[in-house]
Amino acid sequence: MADSSTYIDHPSGGDVTKRDFLTLVAGAGGAILVGAIAWPLIDSMNPAADTLAVSAVEVDLKPVALGSGITLLWRGQPVFVRHRTTAEITEAVNTPLSALIDPSAPATDGDRVKAGHDQWLVLIAVCTHLGCIPLGNKAGEKRGDWGGYYCPCHGSQYDTSGRVRHGPAPANLVIPPYAFENDTKIKIG
Amino acid sequence: MTGLYKSTYKNPLINWFDSRLPILSMMDKEYGSFPTPKNFNYFWNFGALATVNLAIMIITGVFLAMNYDPNADNAFASVQHIMRDVNYGWLLRYAHSNGASMFFIVVYIHMFRGLYYGSYKAPRELLWQLGVVILLLMMATAFMGYVLPWGQMSFWGAKVITNLFSAIPIVGNAVVTWLWGGFSVGAPTLNRFFSLHHLLPFVLTGVVFLHIVALHITGSNNPLGIEVKGPADTLPFHPYYTSKDSVGICVYLIVFAILVFFAPNSLGHADNYIPANPLSTPADIVPEWYFLPFYAILRSVPNKLLGVIMMFGSIAVLFAIPWLDTSKVRSARFRPLYRPFVALALPASLFLLGDVGAHSPSGIWIPLGRIGTAYYFFHFLVLMPFLGWIEKPLPLPESISSPVIKPSAVYQAETV
Repeated sequence: MADSSTYIDHPSGGDVTKRDFLTLVAGAGGAILVGAIAWPLIDSMNPAADTLAVSAVEVDLKPVALGSGITLLWRGQPVFVRHRTTAEITEAVNTPLSALIDPSAPATDGDRVKAGHDQWLVLIAVCTHLGCIPLGNKAGEKRGDWGGYYCPCHGSQYDTSGRVRHGPAPANLVIPPYAFENDTKIKIG
Repeated sequence: MTGLYKSTYKNPLINWFDSRLPILSMMDKEYGSFPTPKNFNYFWNFGALATVNLAIMIITGVFLAMNYDPNADNAFASVQHIMRDVNYGWLLRYAHSNGASMFFIVVYIHMFRGLYYGSYKAPRELLWQLGVVILLLMMATAFMGYVLPWGQMSFWGAKVITNLFSAIPIVGNAVVTWLWGGFSVGAPTLNRFFSLHHLLPFVLTGVVFLHIVALHITGSNNPLGIEVKGPADTLPFHPYYTSKDSVGICVYLIVFAILVFFAPNSLGHADNYIPANPLSTPADIVPEWYFLPFYAILRSVPNKLLGVIMMFGSIAVLFAIPWLDTSKVRSARFRPLYRPFVALALPASLFLLGDVGAHSPSGIWIPLGRIGTAYYFFHFLVLMPFLGWIEKPLPLPESISSPVIKPSAVYQAETV
């Protein structure tokens, strides 16, 4: 290649040549090839089929005492089921949306529970800040200034409807898909 | 260019080898006769110490991996099996876990050396930036290694740190699910962390190699921060600095041995001897000590995305230091205004942040965390550019040799 400097790749007019075309096609082909090889590697790190196969969980509500709650595991995530007192429900219902950090739906207490079953609050028990499990589901645990949940990791606080009232968490606790099978049994998932 | 290398070795067998693969000549050039400034103090030991530490980590780690089981059901028990049943398993594990702490101590001092003596300034910008890349790789490797024992702190530390990525707008949650391989930290997460924890140290070794190549192009900085003027300013690396480094290595090994044999759990957290439980968050999630200042920066901001940006920004700002510092003078020894800030205020703010990071975020710790965070960024983004402009540096010595050989010449230069 010592005499490569004497090659003339381009005619003096600067027209597009066959060599330009070949360079572009080779470059584009190479990029597609690298992407095609990389994608299976990247996608292999996403949840596997058996992880995705969501098994529904049935929960018997009878043993859950008023004012207390239970914690169960659904899709590897903890879920809170809380039996709210009348005072807690009233407080949640009477909170104006303007007092909330995250007023995006579902934000009203009515939207966060099933109609006719407003004593039952079902939440994914993962703090929307960095994923810790908040305290307060069991009676006697620290519940924070709004009587709902308190996250021990970075001090976020949630009210009796699972809505964030004190940062750093940016969003309300998530409500999993669930339905009442009868008055004392729910199915999550 | 091809053809045999003209080896100067007298022994015909060595000469035959070196002519075909001149690694012996290369080693002699880079580590034997390599001209090195003759005025190094003991701060210049820490690069060599870090290299030794990396070797210790890789060797102990490879042997630990022979007995560790990355299955989520067995991981915790297999670490206890290493501690109780494997011959010298306790020594391998304690050397590895305390070796990580030693690695950060050594590298943090190495970085402080670079900051104080201006080792990041032209022409060593890329050398410094490769060092920051090494720090990032160390942090990623240390974080994933801490997850492997699969105790409570492993699990919840992993959950909090991976959740940092959920702060990314729009794709955040998809990224976190991808990192986990599920909907929570779980078995797939542990497996991939084990795989990457084994891989990254070798990537790290590659970057260390580039770091040393860049160092041997520019040559080392020195406590005076002035360039080498000629052969009178240098000594061959061997035996002068091989011996000086050996002294440092002995002291380093003494400290290391004290940690391993007398206080092996002093830097760890007792909660990590409880098996991981996805249904119970420990009352206080505390990272390892070497992450505490960055954890404090994260928590000092009451907004999730901003906190994450500030935390990553605290490392990112290091990449820009070569251009943030506007002073023409490298060594803080000749910078009377800047010197107390880099020698006292910056370390003090980092120690403060470290203390804040170890406490739960309430009461006095919140304002203290904000003060520390504010100073950290103020130091790099405001002080560094500003002081470089207004400061009148002390007169620099003419050469490395002049203050050593003729102190009177420096005295005259300063009084004239």
